[in-house]
Amino acid sequence: MMKIKELVDRLNLEVVVEGNLEVEVTGGYASDLLSNVMARSSAGDLWLTIQGHQNIVAIAQLIELSGILVTENFSIDDDTVKKAKELGINILRSKLDTYELAGRLYQLGIE
Amino acid sequence: MMRSFIADLHVHSVLSPCGDLLMTPQNIINRSLELGLDMIAITDHNSAENIGVALELAKDTPLTIIPGMEVETVEEIHLICLFDTLDQVLLWQEKVYNSLPDFKNNEEIFGPQLLTDQSDEYMDRVDKLLLTATSLSINDVIKEVRSIGGIAIPSHVDKPNYSIISNLGFIPPDLDAAIFEISSKAKISKVIDKFNTIDNYSFISNSDAHYLQDIKRSMKLYMKAPKVKEVELALKGVNGRNAEIM
Repeated sequence: MMKIKELVDRLNLEVVVEGNLEVEVTGGYASDLLSNVMARSSAGDLWLTIQGHQNIVAIAQLIELSGILVTENFSIDDDTVKKAKELGINILRSKLDTYELAGRLYQLGIE
Repeated sequence: MMRSFIADLHVHSVLSPCGDLLMTPQNIINRSLELGLDMIAITDHNSAENIGVALELAKDTPLTIIPGMEVETVEEIHLICLFDTLDQVLLWQEKVYNSLPDFKNNEEIFGPQLLTDQSDEYMDRVDKLLLTATSLSINDVIKEVRSIGGIAIPSHVDKPNYSIISNLGFIPPDLDAAIFEISSKAKISKVIDKFNTIDNYSFISNSDAHYLQDIKRSMKLYMKAPKVKEVELALKGVNGRNAEIM
């Protein structure tokens, strides 16, 4: 387990929306199909996706994910940022792709 | 005899969790009449439970309501499904409900899914979460809708989310859909420039209204009657019929 803010430092992630960076990341999930994430991810997961639609925030809140990590510097809609700020959802971003980020997270012990 | 019909064939009601609370069937009808629309389709996400009451309320008006639904496929692609009768759309709804995962709606996150009665008052709500993907593939949807007698039109193909082009990369050449919807703000020539695989198709443009003020005179259809089959023929320009994006 590791706090989000530690991951931000270690992987040099951009903090797009700071909800609560003290929250513990207990696992990870990578998928771009929102329905799949809704069905299969667990509370505490950090979610890796290229989606920037505001529905990602609803899903993060519903499942109680520790945060959303938007990969490959994909663009994030303004509505998404606004909604995440309202609800205190962490949104991070990296220029690395999902495959590489998932590998690095695994190496850091997030399994 | 042929005549022009002004249409908007993609409108959400209060049943869609993202639809505004003023989008009751009566308000939608009033606004549509005010705008001089001849036909509208009510197309809520994965449900048609407000269609019956809307048809009743519009019965003695010049407005034709097309029973519709905006379904979400397993690939997270949205399609507008249009039918001629309540029975057809309810048959389709049964199929869709059986293909939805068993989640309950969380109103705080997604919004309420409201049903209204003949007096346009809120009467009940749908508990099942409607704003998610069914297990039906896009090919399943097109085939099943057609077998019931309706047409399925991939929604807002130029948009970055929930559209066939975004989610599948391009329109599969063997896809049995001849009509596609572009979003209301898009310019048809620009859409064709950007996605050059779609120049052989017919296009419809609708408001995709979630607020009363978004409903608009979207299409001018020159055809025989306000029927789904006629809409399809008009969009394809068959036998003197035609369709024009307004």
